[in-house]
Amino acid sequence: MDLRVGRHAVLGEMEGGKLVTIYVDGVPLKAREGEPIAAALYAHGIRTTRYSPRLGEPRGPFCMIGRCTECAMTVDGEPNVRTCMTAVRDGMRVDTPGRPGE
Amino acid sequence: MNLPLEHTALAVVGAGPAGLCAAVEAARSGVPVVVLDENERAGGQLFKQVHRFFGSRRHGAGKRGYEIADDLIAECLRAGVDIRLGSSVIAFFPEGELMVDGPGGVYLVRPQAVVIATGASEKTIAFPGWTLPGIMGAGAAQTLVNVHGVLPGKRVLIAGAGNVGLIVSYQLLQAGADVVGIVEASHGVSGYEVHLDRVRREGVPIYPGHRIISARGRDGLEAVVVKDLRGGRTVLFEADSLCMAVGMSPMAELAAMRGCRMVFREELGGFLPWHDEKMRAGLQGVYVAGDAAGVEEASVAMEEGRMSGISAAEEMGSMKKRQAAARRAAVSRRLADLRRGPYGEARMAAKCSLYCA
Ligand SMILES: Cc1cc2nc3c(=O)[nH]c(=O)nc-3n(C[C@H](O)[C@H](O)[C@H](O)COP(=O)(O)OP(=O)(O)OC[C@H]3O[C@@H](n4cnc5c(N)ncnc54)[C@H](O)[C@@H]3O)c2cc1C
Ligand code: FES
Repeated sequence: MDLRVGRHAVLGEMEGGKLVTIYVDGVPLKAREGEPIAAALYAHGIRTTRYSPRLGEPRGPFCMIGRCTECAMTVDGEPNVRTCMTAVRDGMRVDTPGRPGE
Repeated sequence: MNLPLEHTALAVVGAGPAGLCAAVEAARSGVPVVVLDENERAGGQLFKQVHRFFGSRRHGAGKRGYEIADDLIAECLRAGVDIRLGSSVIAFFPEGELMVDGPGGVYLVRPQAVVIATGASEKTIAFPGWTLPGIMGAGAAQTLVNVHGVLPGKRVLIAGAGNVGLIVSYQLLQAGADVVGIVEASHGVSGYEVHLDRVRREGVPIYPGHRIISARGRDGLEAVVVKDLRGGRTVLFEADSLCMAVGMSPMAELAAMRGCRMVFREELGGFLPWHDEKMRAGLQGVYVAGDAAGVEEASVAMEEGRMSGISAAEEMGSMKKRQAAARRAAVSRRLADLRRGPYGEARMAAKCSLYCA
């Protein structure tokens, strides 16, 4: 699934940043330099950023401004990183906490 | 722990319309000003807004939100304001120091005065399934689309037919999403007619008197069950995105932490720091402005920002009493003009209940 906006009625072309590669649970994914991790995941239709620790329910970004912490993932080994506030970097490893079968 | 300590005259927390206007007013009268904002861009909510604003020419009517923001930022820079981005204020101690988490690490700022202009946060409502991925705040969807160029989904259902719900619907349409409907629990539409007309013209159905019962999906949102409050009939919407535009509440934890008295005003979004007409929050050198002082709109936020900047400049001795009084009177007149109409008057009354004798 591709959810990127190509041409915007008001803003024009929304091409932006050069492409980099991030690894989400080990799978390579193209992202645009400078965009937050959560936006890159959404662009590929990945909405789940973590699983709740007790019930194992999927959770995803809710506020996109660093308030709700629903988007917290493990980034380059560091736990609880808010992916809506953290920009992608080439080669970054992003893991989904609590993923079933993990 | 010994953190670096910096002294400054005025510190403004938040670089939205309120904070930027506060900074401009104070800086122009000669006060050194530092503005701190946790975002990578200044402008607050404004830079997410691609629609033309309403209101008077003075408040940038006819301009798009991000254009208004660019003008304000330029004014600040001309006035010598030090705008620091990527800088979260994580504490405001009762002794008056701010703790800042900035690009270079954590440090303390001891200002003579502080304007808290931290904006608002989105409310939500809970129902079975409300935590499913794909459900987010309308402001979050707006950030995704207008700032990052990514759609929250292909088929979007909007909850709430106030201005935010209507505007975000239209912006999602502009970006190429299919807005399958706008559900609203109350029986009327509280958003402006102009915004309503635009979504209607695009053929988006509006469902007043409908309440969300539950959300369904396995790994993320697939459908939303909605109930018609009159007939009792349930309607199923297939949607991969549900955007909640059910109001905002002032975000003023920093004021509470500093020791300001918090009061509850439903018309202004909930708990807010008590303040007077000069935007003083009851403690020496503490001011509030904009949505953090009660959720209203950008033009009001700008005027309240100006008011707080004038008051701070006066109390620091950079502006003469008479000049400050004259400028405040002009701002008050413009605020009264902005708080018109049924909703405006309710907000005016709520504000007045704080300080009118
Ligand atoms: C979809 C939508 C459409 C709108 N349309 C209109 C319109 O047409 N006309 C109109 O008049 N108004 C409109 N508004 C309302 C308007 O955007 C807000 O009322 C206005 O932005 C409030 O300004 P503010 O400066 O108080 O807060 P904000 O613009 O929210 O700015 C607050 C800033 O503070 C920063 N901040 C918060 N906490 C901290 C912290 N601890 N440390 C550092 N920084 C912090 C944030 O990053 C942010 O930049 C709209 C709002 C939305 C959501
Ligand atoms: S989406 Fe809320 S903190 Fe990231």
